[in-house]
This record gives sequence, C-alpha cells and structure tokens, in this order.
Amino acid sequence: MARITLDVNGSAHTIDADPDMPLLYALRNDLGLNNPHFGCGLAQCGACTVHIDGQAVRSCITPVSAVGNGKVVTLAGLGTPEKPHPIQAAYVEEEVPQCGYCINGWIMTAAALLNRVKKPTDAQIKDALTGLKCRCGTHMSILRAVKRAAEMMG
Amino acid sequence: MTKMDKASAFSRRAVLKAGGAVVVSVGMPIALDTVLGIDAALAQGARPPVTPDQLSSYIAVNANGSVSAFFGKQDLAQGLYTAIGQIVAEELDVPFKSVTVIMGNTATSVNQGGASGSTGIQMGGKQMRMAAAEARRVLVEMAAGKLGVPADKLKVTDGVVSDGSKSVSYAELIGGQYFNVQLQWNKEVGNTLYAPGKAQPKKPSEYKIVGQPLRREDIAPKVYCQQDYVTDVKVPGMLHGRVIRPPVAGATPATIDEGSIKSIPGVRVVRDKDLVGVVADNEWNAIKAAQALKVEWSAATPAFLDNAAATYDHIRKAPVRHRMVEKENGNVDEAFRSAARVIEAEYEWPFQSHASMGPGCGVVQVKNGEATVWTGSPKPHYCRDGVAAILNLPPEKVEAHSLAGSGAYGRNDAGDACMEAAVLSRAVGAPVRVQYMRAQGTGWDPKGPASIHRARAAVDASDKIFAYEFVSKGFSRIDVNSNESKPWDQLAGHLLGVSLKSGDGFGTPAESYEFDNKRLSWETIAPLLDRASPLRTSHLRDPVGPQIHFASESFVDEVAAALNVDPVEFRLRHVKDARDIALIKAAAEKAGWQPRPSPRHDQTGAKVSGRGIAYSQRGGTRVAIVAEVDIDRTTGKIWARKFTVAHDCGLIINPRGLTQTIEGNVIQGISRTLWEEVAFDRRNVTSVDWLTYPILDITETPERVDVVLLNHPEIAPSGAGEPSIRPMAAAIANAIFDATGVRLRRVPFSPDRVKAALS
Repeated sequence: MARITLDVNGSAHTIDADPDMPLLYALRNDLGLNNPHFGCGLAQCGACTVHIDGQAVRSCITPVSAVGNGKVVTLAGLGTPEKPHPIQAAYVEEEVPQCGYCINGWIMTAAALLNRVKKPTDAQIKDALTGLKCRCGTHMSILRAVKRAAEMMG
Repeated sequence: MTKMDKASAFSRRAVLKAGGAVVVSVGMPIALDTVLGIDAALAQGARPPVTPDQLSSYIAVNANGSVSAFFGKQDLAQGLYTAIGQIVAEELDVPFKSVTVIMGNTATSVNQGGASGSTGIQMGGKQMRMAAAEARRVLVEMAAGKLGVPADKLKVTDGVVSDGSKSVSYAELIGGQYFNVQLQWNKEVGNTLYAPGKAQPKKPSEYKIVGQPLRREDIAPKVYCQQDYVTDVKVPGMLHGRVIRPPVAGATPATIDEGSIKSIPGVRVVRDKDLVGVVADNEWNAIKAAQALKVEWSAATPAFLDNAAATYDHIRKAPVRHRMVEKENGNVDEAFRSAARVIEAEYEWPFQSHASMGPGCGVVQVKNGEATVWTGSPKPHYCRDGVAAILNLPPEKVEAHSLAGSGAYGRNDAGDACMEAAVLSRAVGAPVRVQYMRAQGTGWDPKGPASIHRARAAVDASDKIFAYEFVSKGFSRIDVNSNESKPWDQLAGHLLGVSLKSGDGFGTPAESYEFDNKRLSWETIAPLLDRASPLRTSHLRDPVGPQIHFASESFVDEVAAALNVDPVEFRLRHVKDARDIALIKAAAEKAGWQPRPSPRHDQTGAKVSGRGIAYSQRGGTRVAIVAEVDIDRTTGKIWARKFTVAHDCGLIINPRGLTQTIEGNVIQGISRTLWEEVAFDRRNVTSVDWLTYPILDITETPERVDVVLLNHPEIAPSGAGEPSIRPMAAAIANAIFDATGVRLRRVPFSPDRVKAALS
C-alpha cells in the first residue's frame, strides 16, 4: 500500500492504495467518480478513458502510481450542462448514445483530438477514434457529433 | 422532471418495514415530488396493490398535476421512454413534458415482459395507451360530476377539463391520490399482458404528440455523468465479488487452495457446490484474488469441436431433436420430382456473442429471508423471479431495482451476474456486487445460435418457379430461455446442480413470396454441453432472424441471378403483400436502383463495387434494404459504404428515435455480417476480448445511411428495435455477388475469408 495524491478535475485527493492498482478503481471507488466505466481492463475498448495532462489515456491499465503530478480530467470534469465542452453539447444535440456505457472513450478521445487539431478531416477523426468500441452501433451519430463539435470550435 | 426515472432510491419494503430508505448512490435526479410521494403512499398503504387489473398500476396524477406512467417494460436506450411518454401524454391530453415514465422496478410496475421481441411500443405501448385513455375517461367523468356538465360537453386541454366557461384540472380532481378503477385484465403476464378499460383511445387523425420527432431526455444525464448505471450502485457494507470459471467448459472444482491468495488482504473464498467466487471489501483485491486463486478442476471431457469451422459439419450430422413445419402449401415433394431444374444452396451462420460493452454486473443484498436486487437486466421482473428461485424465496420477498446497464440486445449476461451475486451474498451475509471480467463477459455470455440453412427452388421449362423449400437446422434459440427466471436457465442454477431443460425453438423466413408449392421448416439439435456451457444459446438481437434471412434472401437473389432477372424485379414478381411491394419499391427508388441482373460484368482491377437488396418482415414490420459495398480483391476487405433502408412499422410514434434505432441496427448488422464469430476449441470458447471477438470499427462506418419511413397511421404500431438488422447480411452478400460474381454463403465475411473466396 502506498499513499498517493491525485489531481482529479482540479482537486487534490490523497488515497491509500496498491500502487499497481489501475487508476480506474481509484477514480470509481476511492473518489466516487462513476463516469469512467470498466469495459475490458485491457485497453481495448476505451470505456475507462480519462485525460491526463490533456492526453486521452485508458485508466484501466494505468497504474495509479504512474499518474504522478499529472492532471486527471474525467468526463464529469470536462464540462457541465451550464458550461459544456463542445463535444458534450454536440453529443446531446445529435442524441448520440444508446446505452452510453462507451461514451467516456469517444468523448474524451474526441475532446483530446479537437483540442489538438482545429477542423480535423474525416480521416483524422476516424484515425483518432479507431479502436474505440460501441456495441450499440451509434457510429453514424458519433461521427456527426465530432464534426458538429469541430464546427462549434471554429 | 425527466422522462426517465428508472431508479427509485426507496424500497417499498424498506420503507414499510424499516421505516427508512436503503441508501443507494444512484445519482439520477429522482423527481421527489412524484417518486417520494408514491413511496410514502405505499408506506401508508394508500396505493392499491400493483396488480395488472388496476388503473393505478399504470397511471397516477401527482399533486402538482404531473403524470407518472408506471411501465413494466424496459427501454434499452432506443428512445422507448420518449415514445411511451408521447403515447400517454396524447391519450391523457396533458403536455408531453408533464409525463414521467417510471420503468422496470418490480415494486412500482407490473411485469409487462421487460425488453423483449421489439414489443416495447407494439405491446407495452398498446397497454399504456389504453390505460391513459381510461384515465382520461374517468377524469372527465369526475369533472362532469364536479362541474355539473355532461361529460360529452367537456374538452381537455393540457390537463384541464372545461366546457368553455367552467373548468377543473386533473390535479384538482385526483392529484396526489391513486385511481381506484378496475381494468379488464386478460390474466396474462409479460409481453401479452393487456388490460383495457371502457375508454376508446383517440383516432390517429387526432394525434398531436404521437408522431412528432420529440427529443430524448435521457441523453444529457449520460453525457454529463448525472445518471448512474447498475455498475455504480453502492450499498452500505457492500463487498465486491468475482467468480471463477473453469479452463475446460463443464469441469467442476475439485480442490481450492485458499493459501494461494493469503497475501491479498480482506478476501474470502466462497464455494457453493460448483460455483466458486471471491469477495473482498476492495474491488482491486477481489480482482487480484480471482486471478490468483488456485483451483484444481475435475477432469472433464472436452465437449466442444476442434474449431468453429467444424460447427457446420456437426450440425449437418447431428440428430434432429425437434422438427417443425411452420408453413406448407401445395405438394412440395411431388413438385420437386417434376422440376425441369432445381436451384439449391446451403448457408452457414456462426455462434455470435452479445459481447456487451460492459460485462454483466449486479448487486444483491440477501438479508433476513428477503433480497434486494439492483440490476441492468433487460427483464427486471424476470430477474427478480430468478433471484427468488435461486435463493428459494417467494418472489414477493425479492425486489428488483432496474438501472441502466450496458447495452443488451436480447439475453445478455446481466441477469446471470445477479444470480451469482445472490449466491455470494447469501454465503457472506453482506450485499455483494458482482461484475464479470471481459473474458467472462464475451466468453461466457449466452450466445446466438449457429445454424445451417438449405434452400431449393423448382423451375419448370418456362423458367417459372413452382416450388420452394427452406429448412434451417441449428442450435436452439432457447437452449436457455430468453429470460432468467428459472434456475435451469441460469449459470448459477447449473453450478448449484439444477439440470438444464434445453428448449426447442428456431424460426422460418418472414416474407410474402407466393409459390404454388412452398414449405418452410426448422430443425433443432442438442447443445454441445448440457450444463453451465459458454456456448449455451439464447436470444441475440432479432433471435435467429439475421441467420435465417441471410440465407433466404441470399437464395432469392441466387434464383434471380440464375434466371437472369433483376433482383428487385424478381422480388416484385413474387411478393404478394401490398405493403411489402410498396416498401421494396421505396427502397429501390430512394437508392436510385438501375434495373439489371446481377452480377455486373463491367469492372476490372482490384477495387470493385456492387449493390444488393434484401427484404423481410418481422412481427408486422417490414424492412427493405439496399446495400452498396466496395471490395478490395487483393485484401478481401469490404467497406459497406452506403445503405438505403425502407421501413414500415405501421403508425410511427417518433420518427427521430425510429431513424436512430434503424441506424444502430444497420451498424450492428454490418458488424455481425463482416466480423462476428465466436471462436472455440475442444476445451472452451476462445473469443474472450475485443481482439478475439472483433466488431465493426469506426473507420468502417458507412458514409451514408438513408432511411425512408413509410408511415401508416391507420395501422397499429409494430416493433422497430430489431427488424432492420434482419435483412442486413443478405443485402451485403447480394452486393458482394453483384460486384464480384462470387456468392458468399458463410458469415462472417472477414477479409481472409473473402480473399480466399475471390482467389
């Protein structure tokens, strides 16, 4: 066990945890942030995705001890109904999710792309999102939402 | 107020008996003025029993005039909440925004079957329409008495009853009190439950809310993390459970070395007969312990086949367990004896996995001879019954709270997780949350059945088809039932020693082709393993529909090609149902279909394109799909580039939700056609993650899906959750044939298989 301090959604949290424990369980159980989901534990689906220093990272395979001083942002920290990130607003506008269990992967990965690349091409969007999984098959509306968000971000 | 209160945080029984509420971290903004008021009413005994024959079981008017609709089905996130809200608001003449649909909890709704068979609107909505209409009738009668005006002189606008001068609101008439009105219940429970009152519902021509593309209210809570899933439930004292599966399917635990996990703190091993699990207060420790625990398993004879490809020979040779002729006219056998020529073909479809985004998860608290269940099962009432059965408790001692789960498209593993959580909770005397690991989710969830399909057509000397036969043979769609209410249909039941009662069910093509002699039939075979099998078969979206219609609609195309007739023209010659004809024409017209026989012969080079059509019916709904695909002959890679879907499900409740539901079916249909196949060896299923069970990637998304909705307000709505996945595989296969002249008769069309077929 180790004492670990995490910077999550702008606040510092200190927890006692197995240093090898993936960040996902620290976020979900120690910090009570339910939004990153367990999908595979293998970094194959993206349901657990968070930002660490602006990069989309799979929290299910990231040891909590490896986060260090990195600033962690979860979907709940990305935006609020009053102050949404454009990709969140676009997700609502396009009514993207069915079950929604996968949305951390798509939204956090798309947000990292849009923060990095202005007006990405269709190919850049697909390249950034490849490998993420959506079992309900909302692919069409995911792509519509990312394009809409890109337009909103000018 | 929201359209989608699923989870009352308050347990009726807890309120009644403990005088307090179970504290659950379900974060949905519960409409306290409704749900709390109702629970309080329950606690005071003020609500009539929640039985199917009571109007109060479906509709309540709250003190503030808002309406609660208690719905015993389940929205699997295709917008059913919205549609039911529209139906109820329409019949009651209240604003859409004032209706809250409270769904799935066993304490607040009757068993209308959960999510099942695309019947949410078709059957669940039918009942809600009749209940809302009856509520309006009763309220208008009450208003007539109160205002001293005959009922037929009264009109209702936004929940206010008026004769033009005097008025009274629903809230003033009954707000905060329950209806005490008996309905004419047909004594059935589940999908077929029907309990109308005396009222006549509105005519479709009067609809103002039904038919509108109203927006879903369950999106923003997901996007802004305001809605918890079943995976997020936390109950005081809750422990985390994980289960251990054998390396060889059918093996049972012999010895367990508890010393193997002694370095992991706070873990307990649970063994109940053949069910082995661990529980810990810390989830990560439970996961580590489940991985580290040494279990010696009994020597089990590997029950499966050498590999998935061996499935089809096995099916061919296996004894028929049950045979059913579902449709027969003329004398098929005699007709084939007199044929000038016979066209025949055989098609193959693999086992497929639900592979839900999140593996199965459930929380169960067993305490003092009662149990509380938090479930993401598509059928929470049946899940409640299943937990009761596995615990040997009467169903009324078990309450199931329904929460959002990861997507289910039939029977996934959500219910099994609840049963195993129940067994672990009983063993340790604390609430237990079980979540499966990915390998258990994909590897051990119920599977869609593998099958073969033989079709033949008799042709006379003038190229007329005068006989047609179609036979499916495969594993049953109900080896385990589509709901988990019986122990023999549950993994936990098998592990506790209950024998499988494998049922027989398959199906036949649903279409309106007419031939002088025609026979449609099916045959089922026994499962490969008769207990706790990772290849147990059940319902996966449009159960057996994709496989049957892959075969039947591919075969229709083969016959058209053999006779050198355009595929659309061929279908229009033989389809006799007027709605089917209109549908096929609509799809072809929207797609810009140019009549000519398949295949095309004008392409050279590595990259070729083709178009194909397929059509089918399902429970009254009809779908025709034109697929346009690109194929790279050198890699075998297929891009299913464009789809045109014509869809007729009678009256459309919400065209916006319907269109997105169809899009989801198209994407999942491409995935199942191009990629999905459960791999296994003699010992076990080897599809255990997203690498070994690939699905359609975002880079393979079609560039366009055009949807043509044929609205028939005069025809009662039929289902839409599944019908449009049904003709997808054949539409794609027919397009591949058009492009290449090669007929693919085995799904999936993975690049290696396509490349081999083209070489």
